[in-house]
Amino acid sequence: MRQWRFEIFNRPGSADVHGNSVLEDINELGISSVEAVQSAKVFLIEADFDGAFAKRLAKEVLTDPVCEECYIGRSGPPAGLAKATLIEVHLKSGVTDPVAESVTSAIADMAVAVNNVRTARKYILLGELTTSQIDTIAKKILANDCIEVVMIGSEAEPPSPHLKPYELQITHWPICDLDDDGLVRLSKQKDLFLNLVEMQTIRDYYKQLGREPTDVELETLAQTWSEHCVHKTLKSSVDMAIDGRQVHFENLLKETVFKATEELNKKWCISVFADNAGVVEFDEDSAICFKVETHNRPSALDPYGGAATGIGGVIRDPMGTGMGARPIANTDIFCFGRPEIKIEDIPKGVLHPRRIMKGVVGGVRDYGNRMGIPTVNGAIYFDDRYLANPLVFCGNIGLMDKDKCFKNPQSGNLVMVVGGRTGRDGIHGATFSSGEITHEYETIFSHAVQIGNAITEKKMLDVLLQANKAGLYEAITDCGAGGLSSAVGEMGKELGAKIDLEKVPLKYTGLNYTEIWISEAQERMVIAVRDENLHAIKKIFDDEDVEATVIGRFTNDEKLVLRYNGQKVGELDMQFLHDGGPKYSRKAVWQSPALAEPAMAEKDNYNDDVLEILSSYNVASKEWVIRQYDHEVQGSSVVKPLTGIDNDGPSDAAVIKPKFDSDKGLAISCGMNPLYGDIDPYWMALAGIDEAIRNLICVGGRVDRIALLDNFSWGNCTRPETFGPLVRAAQACYDGAIAFEAPFISGKDSLNNEFSCEDGRQIAIPATLLISAISIVDDINRCVTMDAKRASNLLFIVGETKNELGASHYYKIHGHLGANVPRVDLQKAPKIARKISLAIADGLVVSCHDCSEGGLAVALAEMAFAGGLGIEADFRGLPKSYDCSRTDVQLFSESNSRYVVEVEPANYDAFARMMLNLPFGQIGEVTQEKSLIIKADDGKTVIQSDLDSLKQAWKRPLSW
Amino acid sequence: MIQKGKISNGVKAMVLRAAGINCDMETDYALELAGAKAQRVHINRIIEDKSILEQFQIIVFPGGFSYGDDVAAGKILSNQIIHHLFDAIQRFIDDGKLVLGICNGFQVLVKMGILPGGDSAGARQDVSITYNDSGKFEDRWVYLAPQTRSCIFIEPDRQIYLPVAHGEGKVVTKDEAALENLKSGGHIAFKYVDKNGQEGTYPINPNNSVDSIAGLTDTTGRVLGLMPHPERFVRATQHPHWSRLRNTPAENRCDGMTIFRNAVRFVQRNL
Repeated sequence: MRQWRFEIFNRPGSADVHGNSVLEDINELGISSVEAVQSAKVFLIEADFDGAFAKRLAKEVLTDPVCEECYIGRSGPPAGLAKATLIEVHLKSGVTDPVAESVTSAIADMAVAVNNVRTARKYILLGELTTSQIDTIAKKILANDCIEVVMIGSEAEPPSPHLKPYELQITHWPICDLDDDGLVRLSKQKDLFLNLVEMQTIRDYYKQLGREPTDVELETLAQTWSEHCVHKTLKSSVDMAIDGRQVHFENLLKETVFKATEELNKKWCISVFADNAGVVEFDEDSAICFKVETHNRPSALDPYGGAATGIGGVIRDPMGTGMGARPIANTDIFCFGRPEIKIEDIPKGVLHPRRIMKGVVGGVRDYGNRMGIPTVNGAIYFDDRYLANPLVFCGNIGLMDKDKCFKNPQSGNLVMVVGGRTGRDGIHGATFSSGEITHEYETIFSHAVQIGNAITEKKMLDVLLQANKAGLYEAITDCGAGGLSSAVGEMGKELGAKIDLEKVPLKYTGLNYTEIWISEAQERMVIAVRDENLHAIKKIFDDEDVEATVIGRFTNDEKLVLRYNGQKVGELDMQFLHDGGPKYSRKAVWQSPALAEPAMAEKDNYNDDVLEILSSYNVASKEWVIRQYDHEVQGSSVVKPLTGIDNDGPSDAAVIKPKFDSDKGLAISCGMNPLYGDIDPYWMALAGIDEAIRNLICVGGRVDRIALLDNFSWGNCTRPETFGPLVRAAQACYDGAIAFEAPFISGKDSLNNEFSCEDGRQIAIPATLLISAISIVDDINRCVTMDAKRASNLLFIVGETKNELGASHYYKIHGHLGANVPRVDLQKAPKIARKISLAIADGLVVSCHDCSEGGLAVALAEMAFAGGLGIEADFRGLPKSYDCSRTDVQLFSESNSRYVVEVEPANYDAFARMMLNLPFGQIGEVTQEKSLIIKADDGKTVIQSDLDSLKQAWKRPLSW
Repeated sequence: MIQKGKISNGVKAMVLRAAGINCDMETDYALELAGAKAQRVHINRIIEDKSILEQFQIIVFPGGFSYGDDVAAGKILSNQIIHHLFDAIQRFIDDGKLVLGICNGFQVLVKMGILPGGDSAGARQDVSITYNDSGKFEDRWVYLAPQTRSCIFIEPDRQIYLPVAHGEGKVVTKDEAALENLKSGGHIAFKYVDKNGQEGTYPINPNNSVDSIAGLTDTTGRVLGLMPHPERFVRATQHPHWSRLRNTPAENRCDGMTIFRNAVRFVQRNL
């Protein structure tokens, strides 16, 4: 059989967009000697066809007739004076190659069979380069060690992808005779991430059984008991010292976050903390489910693939909730190191934040857009403590029939795996994501990186929705962390299951039974099917070329039995697997830090401050990111992430209209401010809740239908001083949910986000709590946006401005932290939210903007430039606390629960009446002049700036 | 809430489905709003039984990422159609029926040679669609100026406002002569312009298409392909700043509907 090689180049005169962007990245690395970069696509095709067909294939399929030209065989360096370096990047053997799959099917459409297709990228760098520069470019820009092989100037082809077939060999990992040291060693050697007590529990179980475990049994236990899967830290009992006062929790989550939901007992909550996503009522017929996950460690190693599979994975959560939902929106929140940090300041084993951000945004973009799900809400937060542990939160919202919110697997049902095939990708993902990263993880855990193919998932979604509608399966869940092990184990928890592992369809031969069982290969789901429905469901899948394979049966003996070619390779009691783990107890401590407010002189003028805050990364426009996401697919958008006269102002929340035939909408928002946690994580968490809710209220969300999600991303919580802040934040979640009557419906945690540098230095992320929120919009036609609408309209502020500059952006740009972190008045905040919501529903409000990072000055600037209209504000009307006398405090304090509201003069009385008994005041009006003017309470002008300067300051920093 | 147009039994539209196509539901909805009876049909069903096509007067190739846009946008699907359905589609057009390609659908029509079309449709490959000059996917709204009076989908005197959302939308021609052919043959359906109807650079022309081309039509005027998404502007609250236009509804006219309504009207009158 012949190995054909096709190299596809851009035709001279046709822009090499990819090559140009590589050149840009090389320049950013500080290497200036490269004059040009040419890129080419390489196809390696092993087949029997002849030269004539090869030419046809090149012309009709592989090459664009206008922009590209093809070279069959290996092309040499280009003629010319400049020195040329040839670099090829190939996928490692076994890594999913979606393009190769498509090319194989395209050739099949031409009625020709091929043995194997592989793809690669070729780069020709023109210019003088040293060996170490070439190495840097290859490593930092062109390739990712985890999944790719770089070949520099070589004539050799990469190793053949053919793998040896697997022959069954049952492996035991003896444990019964091990002492404590031996147990710890075994856990470490096998990357089980089980601690001593867990290993002891397992040893005692096997001693009782009188046999040694097989490898697949221990791996199954390790997956099922991993932090990632069971959240042992958040469910542990806690002894906590808060400033010396002792508090005890039997089960932290149950006594904080869950408890609030239980006590609120809202009848519109359908399924909370039980399924793959939290489910709430939408209207009479439909329900909404929402889940937010993190995909932090994979994104640190492979930003593009990690983020893509992060969004791909969380989309499968609603798809696997109840009997399955149709995904209708994505959310994405990221935390990165500062993009301008110097290359030499990056620790070994860590990628540059700019590369991480580009990769993460690219991954979410390509997967989310291909799935046809609008990405409508998000945020990006920058802090150098995220340098080695970037955080990638991906959320997905689904719409489902209200009578299909629960699953019902029965003994005797067939177990089917559907969608993608199983490969070696993502082995040990669940356990890997439960540990801490070191500079060596890049090499050790490269197999934990998963590779996604959105189209496989989209095809699976298309057929699952049809099968769901036809009622052809009894239960569904996704293969996420832990792969088949957790999907089957979870679904068969009350039943038992018998699985024949050799039946699982594989991407390539050679996988052993354990790899098949724990692989986290993407785009797979498990369904439970009655025998009588097998034929009908298979037809739906076959009709659209999606694989669906029976791999076993649910039983009634509460045992998980794994077989390979009829031989038993593992057997576990479901009860031990799910409830056999030890109970955990932890210590936590919180000591309020001794902090003080900085002494800063007051100034006559704060123009520079407001410009600097607007152009700080956390506040600056995220348009560069937002526009790369398709936020309008499905035709559902109502309030888009960008709004205003030039479609570029920052919306507070997104609103979508999930059903074509109804004007009911869904508002989606988030709140997060890790900086506040440096002063007190309790107020950080409440600020996050208040902010997420403010954002919903600003666009017209109902105040009595708010549902919240929590995502805790923390450092190593075995340290009491790291765990203490988490307990504080969890307490705040309870208090906030009760005060706003907004139950938590789902949550997730990601712990041990720490990095051990080669020199022993430890980098831990700041305590980070993301609050995601949704609410119902009764009539989307009444939604409001944040941009100033018309000159001579009146501006009000509702909510009190207090002396709360602690951890503010104003202090941050001046290098201070301060002490007075913004608090939330749990009595007043819900009242204000309710009144604003009513005023919007009554049509009294033409624009409304949440007052958050950068305070009132930034909120007013954003409203003005988004609307293309001026604002003249006078702080004599500002409702403020007695200690809020300084001008900078009034301008930049980030006090919670404040809304800037634009009202038409004709509605002044009605609006004022509605706000009676709340802290509110008129602070100015919208003007025709294109400038922002703010007068302090002594009547002196303290900010005067034209809109263009303000907008440019805000737009420039991240317009890459 | 929007009231659907009165569904006329006469007008039946097919919305093509295939792996990775993802704008089929909203396209189906837009056609029904315009008064057609729309049906989403998977390509495998048509390959099994080409006579399905006879039931319809309109075929829409919707947006999405057919087969992941692997190799190049629309390439694998166009190859599949060329080898299995080309004659059937050609007959559909020859029968006087309508074909609309939106975004990925436009890319497919161009890559299989149906657009710009002409005597040697299928073989002719001097026009293509490639990566945006910006090097990235972008979702943004654009103004479109009609360039022809003979494409049945288009109101010749009405500038419209629609979103684009693509990474490969730059229309290119092999040479000057090919561009000249597009102009002289009346193939240019829409150009990207600014609010005042003037051509310009990025972001007015969001991908740097040659001659600001946003859409193409064939010689019959019954085949239209365009990068922007008309199905994404069929209700007033889809306008990116509709909340500013509450009191001036005339400025917010659901421009996307014109294309679907014109198609339905043409079928009602002529087929």
